[in-house]
Amino acid sequence: MSLIELRGISKSYGEKETEVHAIQGISLSVDRGALVAVMGPSGSGKSTLLTIAGSLEEPTSGEVLIDGAALSKMSRNDKARLRRRTIGYVFQDFNLLAGLTALENVALPLELDGLPAKRAQATAMAVLEELGLVDRASHYPDQLSGGERQRVSIARAVVGERHVLLADEPSGALDSLNGEAVMRMILAACKRGAAAIVVTHDANLASWADRVVFLRDGCVVDQTGPPPSPEQLIESAPRP
Amino acid sequence: MSVRHALLALLSAGPKYGFQLRQEFEAGTGDVWPLNVGQVYSTLQRLEHAGDIESEDSAADSPQKSFRITDAGRSELDHWLNTPPDMTSPPRDELVIKILSALHVPEVDVHFVIQVHRRYVVELMQQWTRLKEDEAEFDLTLALVVDAELFRLESVVRWLDSADGRLQRAAASPLEPSTAPVIRRRLAVRR
Repeated sequence: MSLIELRGISKSYGEKETEVHAIQGISLSVDRGALVAVMGPSGSGKSTLLTIAGSLEEPTSGEVLIDGAALSKMSRNDKARLRRRTIGYVFQDFNLLAGLTALENVALPLELDGLPAKRAQATAMAVLEELGLVDRASHYPDQLSGGERQRVSIARAVVGERHVLLADEPSGALDSLNGEAVMRMILAACKRGAAAIVVTHDANLASWADRVVFLRDGCVVDQTGPPPSPEQLIESAPRP
Repeated sequence: MSVRHALLALLSAGPKYGFQLRQEFEAGTGDVWPLNVGQVYSTLQRLEHAGDIESEDSAADSPQKSFRITDAGRSELDHWLNTPPDMTSPPRDELVIKILSALHVPEVDVHFVIQVHRRYVVELMQQWTRLKEDEAEFDLTLALVVDAELFRLESVVRWLDSADGRLQRAAASPLEPSTAPVIRRRLAVRR
């Protein structure tokens, strides 16, 4: 069963002559362990798709199912719980709270979900350790480099039992090696059983995905096929 | 690519046998560019003839013949390393020509043509990235080769994205055809 499933999602803003169709009739499913990239130019509806998948916005029509449960049948409280426990977001500008250390930022969603502070921080520390960020745990966001901030925000997105990862241009203004580190972390989360959607206009980032979906004017226009093996690739390399 | 100069670079570290040069060339390019043994020996012959290398064994056809770089070879290698390749004129890029040609075919949707190429290039990039994911973390040369290919392919996608956007914008607000005389410009950069 798909962890994330969008069925015929449309979203419009405004009415009558000012009505804008941000996305139209998009269907997309992401299985456990899969990383899907959504590529498209600015204004193609990438971010709208992500906020709808993450229950931050409601579609005008269509249905979103997370782990088989339809968002339209959930109460506001259910959705808030889903966002705290199941869905992790990664934004371009990190969205870390400036007054909290890296550890406190990562522990925050667990504490908001009612976990005692000590246990929340122990769980957060385990994630930071897994992601090689222990020595940054007591640093505040402004004491971290851009790459470290984004890695902390991924730690926050995957902490606890969260297994739906939604990332909007996660490498933002990072250099290519830090962008690569971010994608390796997202991929690692998928290998541990998460399902992820990354929206980006950057082909280098998208190339880390199992499948790339192309958006244009709010519609899915194309997607990549199954990949050949590395051996096939080497065989097809040009000879000197 | 210049096998000749790559072999000179390997010999600059010390004398080597032909089979050893082949192995080191392949390892040094992340095993992405295989080299056949005939190519190695014919290149070595040319280098020897030019005076850039000399063999240490006088037995002409011995398979154990080792080669070392000469002063002339070192100077040739140094010149090659520090001379940027000629990139002054735009290459005759088949993809660019295809998109430009598609603009003149009335029944063809150029955006569709662009997307066909974009998908193909992104699929290629996925394959290269997978290679990096599996092996390159432990193999620096392979990582460098894969990165070079990824950035080259990424630049193709960026051009396709930009062409797509420009054409969409142009279709939304078509310009009046200019009445000014057409001036043919030669696309070239001063050396």
